[in-house]
Amino acid sequence: MPIDEPRNLPGDVPAGAPGAPRDAPADLDALVASWRGWMQRHDAVNAADLDELESHLLDTVDHFVSAGLTVDEAFLVAVKRLGGVDDLSREYAREHSERLWKQLVLSGDDDGPAGSAGSALPGGDAEAAGRRLPWYRRANGLPVALLLGAGAGLAVKAVELATGDPSTVALNIAVIVLPFLALWFAWRRRPSIAVLAIVGVVFAGVGLALNLYPFIGSEADEAGTTVAAISSATGILAMLGSIVALWLATGLAYVGDDWRDERARMDFVRFSGEWFVYYVLIALGGGALSMLTVAVFASIGVDVMPFVGEWVLPLGAAGAVLVAAWLVGAKQRVIENIAPVLTKVFTPLFTIMMLALVVAALVQWNLVDASRDLLIAFDAVLVVVVGLLVYSISARDPLLPPGWFDRLQALMLATALVLDAIVLVAMLARTGEFGFSANKTASLGLNLILLVNLVWALRLQLGFLRRHTGFAALERWQTTLLPVYFAWAAILVVVFPPVFGFA
Amino acid sequence: MRIGKDLVAAAATPVVLGILADGESYGYAILQRITALSGGELEWSDGMLYPLLHRLERQGHVHSEWRQADSGRPRKHYRLSEQGAAVLADQRRQWSVVGDVLSKVWPDDGGPRLRLAFGEA
Repeated sequence: MPIDEPRNLPGDVPAGAPGAPRDAPADLDALVASWRGWMQRHDAVNAADLDELESHLLDTVDHFVSAGLTVDEAFLVAVKRLGGVDDLSREYAREHSERLWKQLVLSGDDDGPAGSAGSALPGGDAEAAGRRLPWYRRANGLPVALLLGAGAGLAVKAVELATGDPSTVALNIAVIVLPFLALWFAWRRRPSIAVLAIVGVVFAGVGLALNLYPFIGSEADEAGTTVAAISSATGILAMLGSIVALWLATGLAYVGDDWRDERARMDFVRFSGEWFVYYVLIALGGGALSMLTVAVFASIGVDVMPFVGEWVLPLGAAGAVLVAAWLVGAKQRVIENIAPVLTKVFTPLFTIMMLALVVAALVQWNLVDASRDLLIAFDAVLVVVVGLLVYSISARDPLLPPGWFDRLQALMLATALVLDAIVLVAMLARTGEFGFSANKTASLGLNLILLVNLVWALRLQLGFLRRHTGFAALERWQTTLLPVYFAWAAILVVVFPPVFGFA
Repeated sequence: MRIGKDLVAAAATPVVLGILADGESYGYAILQRITALSGGELEWSDGMLYPLLHRLERQGHVHSEWRQADSGRPRKHYRLSEQGAAVLADQRRQWSVVGDVLSKVWPDDGGPRLRLAFGEA
């Protein structure tokens, strides 16, 4: 159970018997060590915080010892004055939400509004609590995650069987799968009804737009095949837009009533990054397993390819969305160590890659004539760079002073900015030459958003390096943009198709 | 008289920034100073100061540095940043407005009844 009264604590140290204050230094060390042991159980307080608190504690002890108390007495008073361990831990957790986020695992399943700092309990009794929990809450709610995952997979399959048309599934993939993720958050994080209603309205709106607009079936199939692809550019843009918009809407279910709070939004960004990593890992593992299965069965003359392709793949891909989401919650500690490593590996690599791109673009200067695909590739690079930036910010300890990595990030931002400017110029030229199309307008808008993001992010990054601004400003800027991305994605889904005549 | 929790929380930031405006300091000394300045009436658990300092640091209002104290122990020193100074000036204006309003609402001869009511708030 929670440790409540720090005054019990010096009693645990046998050396602390009264009447032996003369060997003060050794005695005090033991007391402090025991106190640190207690505090370390609280994950919101890290080693540097403990150093700071210990320094404070020793100052207080000195003060009272010089006023005539024994070391024992002084230590008691000093610990008492620090405040209750739980209150203190809660206060640290409130400030260091990235640590709190890590802690949600341990605090586990006992209370609904997991966003609140109140759930910061020590993990010592997690096992005992596990035995009392109803089955669906065990293991961080794995049964529920699996049920929802199965639901998502079956929903995909059901839509496919009902319509007999894979492109309908492809177009609606976000509308089909992400509601299950939203349900998972609704169950785990208990947002208010108002928030859930908004999420529901967004899902319904996107679903209606995707299916009422004539994206599919307007073209008669030519070669007599039943496979009708999404033929129009607006259809593909709407599909991409729906994924982004609905992912962010799902994020609203994640942050719940704290949606105004930049730290809560940053938690969702962190979630998204980790989720992506887990999803890729699961996909790789699943892919390898499927290929092995097919190969092994082929060797004994059984063709399981259709089964794998038609059932395992769609069910697995949809179900993995939920499993990855569950993993992020359950195994945060593992990924905690991976996220900073990933950002430190890929930030330099992307910087080098973009520097090379900039040089190549300047030397060749044929981007205007370059194919549309090339510009889209540049766009993709910029999106990944911004993603990497946001992910690094979410994985960084906000209290660290600016270091080499932050300078490298500034370089990456500057390079990306140059690249974005080049792409923008090329695009404007292309648009001048060939006129507006849905694709060009969409990437133009995306480029402008990215340009604004990069300019301001670079400014803040430089300010942070010169220590004019705090790290909080960087976090706030990136989380402020989330609704902008949502708006642009929603425009792609709702406004673009009619404007460009569903072309 | 015990000052209400909300009021302490609201006053904490400007008080801490104000103390740091006099020059860099560390947690224990800041608390000593608060106790001395308020005659012991503005008090909270010692430990609570540190999360507050961390927040101010994350927001860029203060910078910190570990240094060796004379006793040989490491100590984390905090100092006000330019931005923190601006924030302090801004908070100061806000508080003086509040102070003005309060002094107008409560005339000097407010009497013991009012003071009692405030004290219990």
